[in-house]
Amino acid sequence: MTIFKKLAGRAFRRSVWVYHCNSGACNGCDIEILNILTPYYDVERFGIRLVGSPRQADAILLSGAVTRPTLPLVKKAYQAVPAPKLVFAIGSCAIGGGCWYDTYNVTGGGEKAIPVHYFIPGCPPRPEAIIYGVALALGLVDKKVAPVELKQMEFPVDMYRRAKLFEVNNVIYKLLGEEEDRLEFGRK
Amino acid sequence: MWLWNKIKQLAISFRAGVVTLRYPFEPRPAPEGFRGQPVWDHTKCIGCAGCASHCPARTIFLRDICQEVRILLYDSSRCTYCGRCADLCPEKAITMSDKFELATDNRQDITQSLELFMMTCQRCGRCYDLEIKNYIDRLSSLGYRYDSLEARKVIRRSTADFSPEELEKTVTYERPGRLEK
Repeated sequence: MTIFKKLAGRAFRRSVWVYHCNSGACNGCDIEILNILTPYYDVERFGIRLVGSPRQADAILLSGAVTRPTLPLVKKAYQAVPAPKLVFAIGSCAIGGGCWYDTYNVTGGGEKAIPVHYFIPGCPPRPEAIIYGVALALGLVDKKVAPVELKQMEFPVDMYRRAKLFEVNNVIYKLLGEEEDRLEFGRK
Repeated sequence: MWLWNKIKQLAISFRAGVVTLRYPFEPRPAPEGFRGQPVWDHTKCIGCAGCASHCPARTIFLRDICQEVRILLYDSSRCTYCGRCADLCPEKAITMSDKFELATDNRQDITQSLELFMMTCQRCGRCYDLEIKNYIDRLSSLGYRYDSLEARKVIRRSTADFSPEELEKTVTYERPGRLEK
């Protein structure tokens, strides 16, 4: 990660020009991408500029689940970007396909078409979230998410042992005189 | 003349002030009612799999790794943050937090996994939760079979609620017949 960050810092020391690639999005994410260019969330203070051609761009903002007609176009746009390039998948569609992840006419996310470097989840993501993602790539902010693993309890081996002891020491089974059969049955 | 125009522009822009947010360097909390990343409370979850079966993006998985342990996996990557899981959770174990800064370079960072302990029902052999708040557990305390004799002493029987008066009323109760003309 650190090596990649250093590389990105070296490669993108100057302004990052982004190309907005819509691959069949519902326009929700596209409107949010336009929002970050407004004076309110002015991203030109980081030197980020929206350009019309992938040949001038350093990064691709990919939105939309890559549909079957747009798949070759997305690949072409990726190839047209000059060499140190970044791809941001914006919105749940571009990351994993959204609700259409297994539909016949959808590839199922940008990752199946082109290599994706940064994921910005949300449906659509807030403009702040997009700025945060781009700033994360530029090394301005730290990552805030980590995988969460929760456990209700440890596997209760003690409980089983106690139950077994109770069965062994109980008077009823001794009185009935069938403890040996029971235990053997339990073992089987 | 052009200089005068520039000065006028400057005056206008000074009057307007600065509207640009200093966002990545200043926190900007989400507005009220914003649906961010859903958060699971593992102490409340009973493992009913309602969220998994109703998720529109099918991004919540359930795996029974053995009879007692069930694993709930939430992969945030294709989550649409619709809040359906939080709506239908019977124990309110899921809350939609206002966390939106989820951008990452690794898909595994936005996953959550819960390891749930499930008890085996002595009647049907399927698993359920240990806590008494569970509906099936409440059922079991009302006379369902329970093979542990130690536990059977504590369990309330259905005969504990038995009242002979109620029975008498029920037996002697007559349904209203058809009105005679």
